[in-house]
Amino acid sequence: MTAHLPVLIAVLPLAASVIVPLLALVSVKAAFAVALLALAAAALASCTALSHVLAHGVLRYELGGWAPPWGIEYVLDPLSGGVAALITLVAVCVAVYAGPRADGGSAARGGMFHGLYLLLVTGLLGIVLTGDMFNLYVFLEISSLAAYALLASGGIRGTVATFRYLIVGTIAATFYLLGTGYLYALTGTLNMADMAARLTAVADARAYGVAVVLIVIGLAIKAALFPLHGWLPDAYTYAPAPVTGFIAAVMAKVSAYVLFRVLYFVTPAEGASAQALMLLGWVSVIAVLAGSILAMAQHDIRRMLAYSSVGQMGYIVLGFALGTPAALIGALLHLFGHAVMKGCLFLVVGGIRWRTGIYRISDYAGMGRRMPLTMAAFVVAALAMIGLPPTLGFFSKWYLITGAVEAGAWLFVAALVLSSLLGIVYFFRVFEFAYLKAPEAGQGTPPREELPLHMLAPILVLTAAVLVVGLLNHQVVGGIIRHALPGALAP
Amino acid sequence: MSHYPLLAVLVSLLAAGAILLSDRRPNVREAWTFVAAAVKFLLVVSMLPTVLAGGVIEATYAELLPGWSLHLRADLFGLIFALLASGLWILTSIYSIGYMRAGHYTHQTGYFASFAVCLSATMGIAFAGNLITFFLFYEMLTLATYPLVVHDRTEEAVAAGRKYLAYTLGAGQLLLLAIVAVAILAPGESFQPGGFLMGKAPLGVLGLVFVLGLIGVGAKAAIMPLHSWLPAAMVAPTPVSALLHAVAVVKAGTFGCLRLVHYVFGVDLLRAMGADTVLAVAAALTILLASVRALGEQNLKRRLAYSTVSQLSYIVLGAAIGSTAAVAGAMFHVVAHGFMKITLFFCAGAIYVKTHKLEIPDLAGLGRQMPITFGAFALGALGLAGTPLFVGFISKWNLGMGALQSGQAVFLAVFVASGILNFAYFFPVVYTAFFGRPEQTMRFDEANTALWAPLAATAVISLILGVYPNAGLQFYHLAWTAAESVMAGAGQALAGGGMP
Repeated sequence: MTAHLPVLIAVLPLAASVIVPLLALVSVKAAFAVALLALAAAALASCTALSHVLAHGVLRYELGGWAPPWGIEYVLDPLSGGVAALITLVAVCVAVYAGPRADGGSAARGGMFHGLYLLLVTGLLGIVLTGDMFNLYVFLEISSLAAYALLASGGIRGTVATFRYLIVGTIAATFYLLGTGYLYALTGTLNMADMAARLTAVADARAYGVAVVLIVIGLAIKAALFPLHGWLPDAYTYAPAPVTGFIAAVMAKVSAYVLFRVLYFVTPAEGASAQALMLLGWVSVIAVLAGSILAMAQHDIRRMLAYSSVGQMGYIVLGFALGTPAALIGALLHLFGHAVMKGCLFLVVGGIRWRTGIYRISDYAGMGRRMPLTMAAFVVAALAMIGLPPTLGFFSKWYLITGAVEAGAWLFVAALVLSSLLGIVYFFRVFEFAYLKAPEAGQGTPPREELPLHMLAPILVLTAAVLVVGLLNHQVVGGIIRHALPGALAP
Repeated sequence: MSHYPLLAVLVSLLAAGAILLSDRRPNVREAWTFVAAAVKFLLVVSMLPTVLAGGVIEATYAELLPGWSLHLRADLFGLIFALLASGLWILTSIYSIGYMRAGHYTHQTGYFASFAVCLSATMGIAFAGNLITFFLFYEMLTLATYPLVVHDRTEEAVAAGRKYLAYTLGAGQLLLLAIVAVAILAPGESFQPGGFLMGKAPLGVLGLVFVLGLIGVGAKAAIMPLHSWLPAAMVAPTPVSALLHAVAVVKAGTFGCLRLVHYVFGVDLLRAMGADTVLAVAAALTILLASVRALGEQNLKRRLAYSTVSQLSYIVLGAAIGSTAAVAGAMFHVVAHGFMKITLFFCAGAIYVKTHKLEIPDLAGLGRQMPITFGAFALGALGLAGTPLFVGFISKWNLGMGALQSGQAVFLAVFVASGILNFAYFFPVVYTAFFGRPEQTMRFDEANTALWAPLAATAVISLILGVYPNAGLQFYHLAWTAAESVMAGAGQALAGGGMP
């Protein structure tokens, strides 16, 4: 059974994604139950697999019995296992939040939502689990297509924003595919491990440099790294709440994961990839600052959070670029942490819009009284985004700063600190409106209107995770992340 | 392993939750505050015998960062601060209830809950055994105080809140950088009397780390030019100004300053870097300039705020002078200033609630209307000026002795000059109140008991401590023992580590 875990994690939601839209025509509740069950099973499978991998070493699965490097191989190591666990756990939370009909649409729409949602989860899990460069592209397209359909379901503005994302995203995927093609031409293999072994011999070839450039650009677009972030704010802003909650939490993170996987596990450490990382370092410093500054300028809270994501993706890539053990730990911890924090924030903001129709920051007056628990969750997650102790965001920032200091990158240190200060500015602006501004005179005190339990529970679970995982971060770092570092740096 | 320090931290955190849940029943809500305050004080006092006997009560919990756990430890110096803050919380709670109800304030539930969280953070700072634990509670204190500063929700209050956050959180980020550097240079070290950084890095690097850390704690300690949030924060309700902006928050800054100087760097390292002179000069200038600024303020609370800025730097200056008597004086001044300044703020609050007057010329003749309040004010003011038989004299005597011991007589002159300035800005208040000509005839009309009883108590305590500095909780003994341990530790660090 354990041997089949790597493929089982992806197959469970894939199978369910076919059944759920059809079943929804009969009973929307049954369809929802199947979707939830599949995701929960996938989450259980990935957690089991992760603990197995940590105890007994890497799990490899030969798809269809074809031995690598000719066949497609699924590899479950601490890194991919950890990210898979993150994806599935967040997916379960968001599915509960969405409920059977996802935003109160019809039964058929609810079924389509959950079908596409499961397909998106499948695609992301496939990207993470596969050990094959081309198979990764296939899953990249599966997840992207599912994401386009989901994002477009948020009304006419959402459709327009998604069309833009579709064009940009397709270009990004094409970049990745071209790069992979060059690498295939050079090495004659698509298997990552095999390719890594063969690339050292051909690292001087000009085609290799081109391949690295193409892949990095493609993934930087998908990860919304400034200045290639243009598609993200609109796409996040106009999508339905559960969609944004999930996509903002994990989708860009998976692209960052691929960047890490390719640059640290496939390509040789010296040469083109080192230069690419150096360049990414400078770009991400600009991303950290630009994202925060743009976030300060927003009036729509969803756009504010979206730009904040642009900045936070910079943190992760910055850690990759620094490359010291502490910086990589910080980047990976932030990859987990930001998924939880930003997922929580988008679920809160989406829930508030769903309940009250409010999405402008200036309309948040009195929200602290109207939805006390929801706003409390917002405050905790926002403090984590700023990076105040004892939240998860503090500890990832600690490791990033430590890594930057160790590397002597003083400018990066300054950027990290400055970004926290900018975060204080734009998040406390929301706090001021929500807690200190009285609602417009004449309307009286608005009634207390907390979110229903199925929406509130996932938010509170994620909020608790921000605090609890923060205090126990040493277990996560020592138990998982240290083992996920590339060979030379792992203990 | 003893969980007493953790319990002392948690009790008011739990109370904050209970307070929020008792939103609709004010009497139950206030009962939670008293229960928590009493339990906290008893917990802290119960640690006193062990610590006086030379023991240390400590426990470590979850490992937060490599080598650094959540480490809570009650040592001599930490206990001084914890005793002071938890003891005064009881009196402030009585006063708060009287003040908030008499003033018909809104949002009282949030007020009392935030207050309880502040006290948890203060205990955490007092009992922090290493820098990361200290930082955790230090930032928590910043955040928990913010709702209290903006309590009135007026434009002015919101602006003061922004200023407060900009100074304290901004400085907190620099403190974070300093702590990261310490974590790299000396991984996993706990606070040690005499410091542990000697010889760990070139002096230039350590100097930079010291400056970053000092700005971090200096903002809360209101060392000039990082002080201007404090007068602005006077917009908060007076009990907040009394306990937090005279005792807990600003003392957390000076406490952090003493920890940084004497438990992380050590006075010998400071002298090797030449940082002691820089710090001492900054503190001396703050003492004098803030006193002069206080003279120019006509609003009573703002004048008290500048007086606080000035008095806090007594502690910083004592830390920088670094002889045994100076350090003991600095540690004792944490207590002495706490009792005296809380008295003065309580008085200002009582006056405000009763008469809605805070401009000093308007106070004419009020001494006849509110003799208890103004009597206490006079006692507190005499103490702050360093008059013999008052608690302020004890700390000032030691600070001055310390300055002479280390051959820095110029700082004795600073203390004397500051004493004169203290008379200059407090005497007119007292004089106006008792001898000024009121517009109408004054008759005895004191503020309600919940307001005057606490301030009378603190005034009497500062008199008693002035005559018997060891009365009750042995503050003076604790301060001297702590100072001696710091000096002994410094000697050892020098013998063991040598000059870099």
